[in-house]
Amino acid sequence: MKFVLRGREPRWVAPTAVLVAVAVTVALTALPIRLAGANPVAAFERYLLTPLSSVNGLHEVLLTATPLMFTGIAVAIAFRAGYWNIGAEGQFLLGAVGTTWVGTTWADLPAPVALPLGFVAGAVGGAVWALAPAWLKRRAGIDEVVTTLLLNPVALLVVQGLLNGPWRNSATGFTDSDRLGSGFDLPPLIPDSRVHWGFAVALAVILVAGVVLTRTATGVRVRAAGQAPQAAAFSGIDVDRVQFRAALVSGGVAGLGGASTVMGVQHQLTSGISNSYGYTGVIVATLGGLGAIGVLLVSLLLGDISVGAQNVSLVLQVPTQLGAIFSALLMLAVLSAMSWRRYRVQWRRPRPATTPEPAQETG
Amino acid sequence: MTPQRAGADADPARGRALLELAGVTKRFGDLVANDDVSLSVGAGEVVAMLGENGAGKSTLMKIAYGLVRPDAGELRVDGRPVQLGSPRDAMRAGIGMVTQEFSLVETMTVSENVALSAVGLGRVDAAANRRRVMAAMERLGVQIEPERLVATLSIGERQRVEIVKALFHDCRVLILDEPTAVLTPQDVRSLFETIARLRTDGLGVLFVSHKLREVAEISDRVVVLRRGRMVGDRPTASVDEAELAALMMGGAASAAAAPAGPSQSRAGAVADPVGGAVGLGVETRPTAGPAEARPEPVLRLTDLGVSTGRRALLSGISLTVGAGEIVGIAGISGNGQTELVDVLAGVRPASSGTVHVAGRDLTRADVATRLAAGLGRLTEDRRGSLVPQMSVEHNLVLEDLPRFTSRGLLDRGAVRRHAEQLIERFDIRARPGDPVATLSGGNMQKVLLARSLVREPRVLVVAQPTRGLDVGSYAYVHEQLAALRDRGAGVLVVSEDLDELRGLCDRVAVLFRGRIVGELPIAEASSERLGLMMTGVEVAT
Repeated sequence: MKFVLRGREPRWVAPTAVLVAVAVTVALTALPIRLAGANPVAAFERYLLTPLSSVNGLHEVLLTATPLMFTGIAVAIAFRAGYWNIGAEGQFLLGAVGTTWVGTTWADLPAPVALPLGFVAGAVGGAVWALAPAWLKRRAGIDEVVTTLLLNPVALLVVQGLLNGPWRNSATGFTDSDRLGSGFDLPPLIPDSRVHWGFAVALAVILVAGVVLTRTATGVRVRAAGQAPQAAAFSGIDVDRVQFRAALVSGGVAGLGGASTVMGVQHQLTSGISNSYGYTGVIVATLGGLGAIGVLLVSLLLGDISVGAQNVSLVLQVPTQLGAIFSALLMLAVLSAMSWRRYRVQWRRPRPATTPEPAQETG
Repeated sequence: MTPQRAGADADPARGRALLELAGVTKRFGDLVANDDVSLSVGAGEVVAMLGENGAGKSTLMKIAYGLVRPDAGELRVDGRPVQLGSPRDAMRAGIGMVTQEFSLVETMTVSENVALSAVGLGRVDAAANRRRVMAAMERLGVQIEPERLVATLSIGERQRVEIVKALFHDCRVLILDEPTAVLTPQDVRSLFETIARLRTDGLGVLFVSHKLREVAEISDRVVVLRRGRMVGDRPTASVDEAELAALMMGGAASAAAAPAGPSQSRAGAVADPVGGAVGLGVETRPTAGPAEARPEPVLRLTDLGVSTGRRALLSGISLTVGAGEIVGIAGISGNGQTELVDVLAGVRPASSGTVHVAGRDLTRADVATRLAAGLGRLTEDRRGSLVPQMSVEHNLVLEDLPRFTSRGLLDRGAVRRHAEQLIERFDIRARPGDPVATLSGGNMQKVLLARSLVREPRVLVVAQPTRGLDVGSYAYVHEQLAALRDRGAGVLVVSEDLDELRGLCDRVAVLFRGRIVGELPIAEASSERLGLMMTGVEVAT
């Protein structure tokens, strides 16, 4: 038995690989669930199916998926261009800071002005936070993985600094910001639910990104720059510029996620506003194959698991972290499956490299 | 062409075959990297392996070092068949290799680096190790303080540390992959002294190079690879440089040795095969009267130079290509061809001189301007000009995106139709949506050819257009280039294949050490004359 690189990939391979990865993940997570004293089958049912079986559960899944849709597509845009932006977390936070600034400074603005302004401020905040690493990469070739990653804790410190200093809540004295003006409250998208218009904005962003990446000349340039920079440069594409712009757009989209969370859920800035959405965005983008539809589906799936995890911990008394373990293992399994799928198995034994010598040969 | 093994029994000390490769064949997809190659290295013998880039040298060495398994054939060490599954097996069998990229840890000392390759579990006896390193260096005549950090060593010194490392494993056959490529002349001298000591010690050395002068100096025997086949195996004393150059690049001298596979099918592929003296002549050359005035040049290079730091890679290149003319650039690889093509393609800036296409100065123009001015490019690195995971249709429009955009969106119907037309016209064996990575080398080259030719360039710069291609694609590419010339464009062909140049070009210029040493009309470009020029002998033109 031998593994051989595939030439052309048949259509069934990619979906099969994902299914195999999911099966492996389920098998692997069964053990810790068992150790936590719960029945794995019941647990999986609650992780995956329970949230989808009630209207309220469905709403919660959409709500939880919203920030992941922003950060997921943000990361996917940068990765497509070959710019490894691991800084969506920081860009998300700075987006939230931008929105909070306009929302508390001009708290009296009416909604038709306030909401667009809030999103613009978020996008600018995220793009500004993405600017330094992108500029360093373009000017000096400094590895963006390191710079974007290291700016994440810095962004959190900026948020904490603001909340402990100038932005401390003037009414309660807690380390949360003042509430944003009521014009900045994103209205519910579905009546009597917590799902807000941020979800619609996220859908629109994903749709636009998908169209640009697959249906425009810009998209072809971005993909060429990401997949084969040398060939792209040979064909007259300014790879550095493409990556620089993708980095800023990526930061801006992550910042929109911050804006959406501030205006739609928290209505104020808190230091825990991100809940690692930026890091999870890397998982979403990778599992989603850096495509628009993939990002959407994976966001919804992770939203589902995350809502399910709360349910599981309440009902079956297992730690909520098992949900995170499930997502993490799923990521590892899918990535492994994606690399294995490039091979096919050759069952026939390969011919030996040497033909057997005739018996008369003597050493 | 099996190496002579008679006499091996007569003189056991010298000439006994230490390492033998018998009938080794290796294929990568439809590319035959090594075709029934047999080679032996005896004790106390320095064998030089010559061959152009892509001739199959590296594959053969990787096979000998256990990095690649052959599809057929046998390896023997000391006459016993061996199976080498990894470099570890090779080391155990007494084979050592020094590659062009060194594997040294810069922040460690020389003796630590040498010990690293032999380290097992448990404690390291530093003192004993140092003594052994000193002994190995003594044997080589190398004077490097074992306590020095590798980071402080020159390239030449690092290379010698690599050799010491190889010898540490009691290696009896040492393979040196283009050892002089990175060395200064002084370092080359000391390397040769080291090799001479190894030979006296009874080691076998396989020395891979394409520098003829060095080969003549250091080796006892020369083997020449060309397109994966062994085309020559001679005692060094009996050959001269011009003959070796001709063997490497497929001049008349090799016609007898290598069965001229391409020529047979070419006769069928080309309508008029009359007068194919070397078998590869495409008889599409226009028979313009000799009195006809030189055509207006579509490409003019004036005093073009490229240098990195103080080193001049190209200097004083002045050359014109007329409309309806194919001009060839011959030369042994590494004499400035890559730099010339890169400068013309617009991916490397010229340090001096100018490039004019149809009278327009493009010296500092970006790629898009070059393309718009009618300069087409077809470079040797297919993967450097195609995006492998992208579809054939997108690769075909990559240089022409604005033309396929309407109202901000890519006109997918137009892109598809464009691809279908080119696939039909250039006989590309692929569907528009297939990723380019799944295509064969020949079909990739056709995609590139289609992409450049569809713009009807006024001048096309082509590098190694047929390297690695099968016979059919080889003929096809040549026909297309000749047809382009006949439509009135100029073509500049850089190639390391003399048959190709002689079959295709009207004129050939020869590069040597970054300079043009001469230019010959094709009728006067015999392999002997070209061979001499390629070794730096200036020929009056």
